Amino acid sequence: MLVYLLKRLLYALPIALSVTLVCFLLVHIAPGDPLNAVVPADAPAEVVNALKAAYGFDKPLPVQYVRWLGRALTGDLGTSVATGRPVADEVLSAVRNTILLAVIAAIIGFALGALLGGVAGYRHRGIVDRLATALSVVGVSVPHYWLGMVLTIIFSTRLNWLPAMGAGPGGSKEWLWDGEHIRYLVLPVATLMVIPLGIVTRTIRALVADTLSKDFVQALRAKGLSDRAVFLHVVKNVAPTALAVMGLQLGYLMGGSILVETVFAWPGSGFLLNTAIFQRDLPLLQGTILILCLIFVLLNLMVDVLQPLIDPRMRRS
Amino acid sequence: MSNPLISVSDLTVTFGGSRPVHAVNGVSFTVGTGEVLGLLGESGCGKSVTLRSLLRLHPPRRTTYGGRIEVDGHDILSMSEEQLRRYRGSVTSMIFQEPLLAFDPVYSIGRQISEAIRRHRAMDGTAAEAEAIRLLDRVQIPQAARRYHAYPHEMSGGMRQRAMIALALSCRPKLLLADEPTTALDATVQIQILLLLRELQREMGLSIIFVTHDIGVAVEISDRVAVMYAGRIIEEGPIAGIIGGPAHPYTRGLLASTVTQNMRGTRLEAIPGAPPDLADLPPGCAFAPRCSHASATCLASIPAYETHAGRGVACFHSLNDEGVPPSVTAKVS
Repeated sequence: MLVYLLKRLLYALPIALSVTLVCFLLVHIAPGDPLNAVVPADAPAEVVNALKAAYGFDKPLPVQYVRWLGRALTGDLGTSVATGRPVADEVLSAVRNTILLAVIAAIIGFALGALLGGVAGYRHRGIVDRLATALSVVGVSVPHYWLGMVLTIIFSTRLNWLPAMGAGPGGSKEWLWDGEHIRYLVLPVATLMVIPLGIVTRTIRALVADTLSKDFVQALRAKGLSDRAVFLHVVKNVAPTALAVMGLQLGYLMGGSILVETVFAWPGSGFLLNTAIFQRDLPLLQGTILILCLIFVLLNLMVDVLQPLIDPRMRRS
Repeated sequence: MSNPLISVSDLTVTFGGSRPVHAVNGVSFTVGTGEVLGLLGESGCGKSVTLRSLLRLHPPRRTTYGGRIEVDGHDILSMSEEQLRRYRGSVTSMIFQEPLLAFDPVYSIGRQISEAIRRHRAMDGTAAEAEAIRLLDRVQIPQAARRYHAYPHEMSGGMRQRAMIALALSCRPKLLLADEPTTALDATVQIQILLLLRELQREMGLSIIFVTHDIGVAVEISDRVAVMYAGRIIEEGPIAGIIGGPAHPYTRGLLASTVTQNMRGTRLEAIPGAPPDLADLPPGCAFAPRCSHASATCLASIPAYETHAGRGVACFHSLNDEGVPPSVTAKVS
């Protein structure tokens, strides 16, 4: 088991390294010059060259990569071209906001999905099952930015119950756990949790129905176990796969909420990414993508470590 | 046998749906204390369904039972869920065809045995674990204490089936239901498991109902056999009698289609056709369409089950020792 853990940790390193390489290259493969956005078109050539040298854009790509990586390892992700602030600070405060949103959406979505999917799996072809299936299809299919706009129209514009934009009153960026701030969470969380809710419902339903049809469930009943005791066996059988799906979904929530954060002007990593793209703020873009990718790698690592703890068949090293 | 341990009378099992499937159509038999009954037949003849009915294991919402099942004084079909849970595992337990699938893959086999012990016997965790290890040792699993912590996928097929037997016998049942427990095993391991079962059965005075499609296995373990076809018992009797002189044409066909060593070079007989659709049974004898002795009567009505001198058969043209139906002989002479 310990060997497996160490191995898995070692595997994570080259993955993380290739993530940094891809992040770095993606930005440089994209057409256009990173300085175009900040330097006026009629700026004299020597000013442009001086700026290029200042940002290191005049060096060959491998050199740029190694220097960028070296600085990134020490926590220095460069300076934002647009704002002049350190990228690391911008990204970290944005990621904090995104984690807040994603984790709350995940907790609610996963819990509801597990409940619905579990009941649907037990009551195969029953009313709850049909309802859950319909709901999960809708959840997966509805574009969530569209849903976000519809919710905003209904609950903010028409009913005026909930704020439509931002993460706090007066555009405040500091998060506080009070009623006033939580009101700002409701619509983005509701929008964001729809997809994981749909996917988790569908997955758990299929897993539970499949497990219940297995011989060993009959064998457990045959030895006189109560439904509750059998349920615990089912949970432990379903958990490894469910965890893997949930880990992936949480990863998507962390990185994929770009549209939802833009719709609700939520000052998170998606919003930041959107800003960075439109302002052609390369260091910021790189830094944000890098941090999001590393979070994804970390989440997968956690799932891979948890799974064999539950399922002994995965413990072979 | 004035008071048999198990008495099944006129059992019917129907699975609902748009096309109801009549899996068991009026099965009656008795098994005495310490007796082993072999339930023989092809796949889909209702033998496993009959067996599982003795624990009422079929999904309650889709299954309709008829008739009566009595085991050790318990009326199985009228038990409450709670009574049923107390009965399962303690009075009657079961071993399955494929032990790899019958064990929960994410719990150690020891845990699964002590789980049953704690369910039915007043023992705490430590005592249950010690008892489970004793049982694993009893079914001849080497290094039982270490194997207690093994997971199903870490054991061989034979070891898994031994562990399954240990689990089934952990709460000292009176009746053991065996659903083709040797079918998934190698021939050499099969014999070991059969010998172990026979030994434990004698030691504990167990009654066993042993479902199999393998006549060789049935001969090895059973005192009596009942042959099933299309959800009915069509012939029953002591093992030697059935092997020596099958009375039903189907039993004869089944015996003739068995591969034995002395048959090299001779043609293997097969029963023509396939078993009937259980959702659409013929009005007469279910075997008539495949039977070389079938007459108009066979196609029109179901033969009554008649017993004589410990033997029973349901056939209008039951065979004598020469393998010719008496009625046919009468016509020829």
